[in-house]
Amino acid sequence: MSQPAHPHDHSACQRLLASIGDYVEGEINLELCQEIERHLSGCENCRIVVDTLSKTIYLYQANAQDTTVPGAVRDRLFSTLKLDAILPRKP
Amino acid sequence: MIDEDAHNFSISALRNGDRVEFARMVETYYTPIYRLALKMLAHEQDAEDVLQTTFLKAFQNIQGFEGRSSLSTWLYRIAANEALMLLRRKRPEQSLDEEPAESEDNLPLPAQFTDWCCLPEKEFVTTEAKAQLDRAIQKLPEKLRVVFILRDIEGLAIKQTGEILNLTETAVKTRLLRARLALRESLSAYFSERLLLE
Repeated sequence: MSQPAHPHDHSACQRLLASIGDYVEGEINLELCQEIERHLSGCENCRIVVDTLSKTIYLYQANAQDTTVPGAVRDRLFSTLKLDAILPRKP
Repeated sequence: MIDEDAHNFSISALRNGDRVEFARMVETYYTPIYRLALKMLAHEQDAEDVLQTTFLKAFQNIQGFEGRSSLSTWLYRIAANEALMLLRRKRPEQSLDEEPAESEDNLPLPAQFTDWCCLPEKEFVTTEAKAQLDRAIQKLPEKLRVVFILRDIEGLAIKQTGEILNLTETAVKTRLLRARLALRESLSAYFSERLLLE
């Protein structure tokens, strides 16, 4: 997946791509994990892909709870369901 | 992610039409359901329509809920289907039936190799950066988008995401990886430019 400046086993980049999901989730066996980390120590582009992929996931997860529901949307939902009298919105 | 056990809903009360228990369920789940719809559709009115339809359908069908899945799985499934149907209605010319490849053999190769992780933290929390995160989600094919939202925004397990979308865990993992790689490409393009301005 990368074009490293130094010659190495390019097929390892392809194998890493297939395992990268499990690797960033920490769901990978020790042997494969060690193989990937050996590869990353010698392949700058793959290291960047792994690091920026992890950062991408982190940014989305860190912002996940940012969405709030406007009070009026909640009110209309409970009114439509005829639940507004049962559970009014807290002030 | 909501800890369903902590709320301890009575399924029998819900099935018997207990309005108080139903209101408690709606109160617990309306935020994640709205968030799913808004992230899927990027349109507030459409998200509200999906929110209302989801709970109206839940109310109409709760008697048939047998508890084989969790309540949240059931509600997320209704909402995801509603959002996907709305997208189909709005953009019929775009095929949702074009299945994303489920194999890891032909993953799209990364093209962006700038390391933007070293940007100052303040670059990641700007309104513009957050808008970029949302824009990148909208560029994903719908079937990848829904997997990514359930797993990485809602924080659901791979297994539950599969149950909601009727996909195998392998298919969920492959779609998730495709989505994450595509988002990495989008964010790399954006943050690489920020890096040049530093």
